Amino acid sequence: MIRVVHYINQFFGQIGGEEMAHIAPEKREGIVGPGAAIKASFKGEAEIVGTIICGDSYFAENQEKAEKEILEMVKSFNPDLFIAGPAFNAGRYGVACGAVAKLVQDALNIPVVTGMYIENPGADMYKKEVYIVSTKNNAAGIRDAAPKMAALALKLSKGEALGAPEEEGYIERGIRKNYFATERGSTRAVEMLVKKIKGEAFVTEFKMPDFDRVAPAAPVADITKAKIAIVTSGGIVPKGNPDRIEASNAQKYGEYNIEGLMDLTSETHETAHGGHDPVYANEDPDRVIPVDVLRDMEKEGKIGSLHNLFYSTTGNGTAVLSSKKYGQEIAAKLIADGVQAVIMTST
Amino acid sequence: MCTIVPISITVGANRIVPTIAIPHPLGNPNLTMEDEKALRRKLTEVALKALETPIEDQTVFEVK
Repeated sequence: MIRVVHYINQFFGQIGGEEMAHIAPEKREGIVGPGAAIKASFKGEAEIVGTIICGDSYFAENQEKAEKEILEMVKSFNPDLFIAGPAFNAGRYGVACGAVAKLVQDALNIPVVTGMYIENPGADMYKKEVYIVSTKNNAAGIRDAAPKMAALALKLSKGEALGAPEEEGYIERGIRKNYFATERGSTRAVEMLVKKIKGEAFVTEFKMPDFDRVAPAAPVADITKAKIAIVTSGGIVPKGNPDRIEASNAQKYGEYNIEGLMDLTSETHETAHGGHDPVYANEDPDRVIPVDVLRDMEKEGKIGSLHNLFYSTTGNGTAVLSSKKYGQEIAAKLIADGVQAVIMTST
Repeated sequence: MCTIVPISITVGANRIVPTIAIPHPLGNPNLTMEDEKALRRKLTEVALKALETPIEDQTVFEVK
């Protein structure tokens, strides 16, 4: 029999609502609350041997301590499988379920499953690390969630191969798997296009990444006093590309000094960017980053100064995650150097 | 500063200045060097203006 430990909060543990959210973790033998629905869904293949109940505020406010206490309690039951929640759309509970599931997975190396509503903040935080069954946004969803969580947990316990997220009911983890399709790509593409033209539902095979949104920065008060930096995804690098920045799917960015340089030329700089004709950028790299013009404006007092370092990578096929990392590092350096505004160019 | 404005909008850029062409955003090889630099200056001035302009949402600063 597969031994299961179940984690729930004070509300589902039938201790109380918000007024009891401060309670420290406690353990009970057997099932409590929603454990009954999950147990029924195991159909005798697994047994919930213990339940751990923790107040949502306690967990949020003492996470490190709570994790230690909970992990000891989980260990004491010697489980083969761990289930947390489902948390539906309860934010603190969702974050706790994700954190505890990841903790148990890492520390005990046993399969873990939790469940929550797609918009629960815990879903975004932990979907890449643990299996989170997609549930409705309120507790009435237990009827759908329990069988899905139990089925997924049993599959994981038995080491069975999992299907795609939509088949198994869990939230996408961002993992790609190769498989042999019955129809070739061109046929699938045309079929998809025809469906789209007819206004029918279709499922893309390659989802666009989710791009985040950033609130616009406050304007520069006086550009004639501002230190301005250049950042580019146009791949301008010193002649010879000393850092060997890749022509596509860049694995790095470069930081280059232009102190005393009034004009970029084919003698001094070139582009590392692939995917478009590099001739124009190589002939005159100012066509990608306007060093000559900004130096003129610096002399004329139209801007405060041009920062002596510029940052460059190639935007060609470069992963959003890499770009995000480079952007954060570059921004930190620019702020440390007292830069007030950035001109960012892309090819 | 970019040529394919819809991409900049999709990825979430806030102050956007449309440029000339993908391989030479801030230049035009069909012009003389002088005219080309004047064009680059005009585009850069729009970018500086954009940096001084308060905005609430993503904004495209057209080059006139």
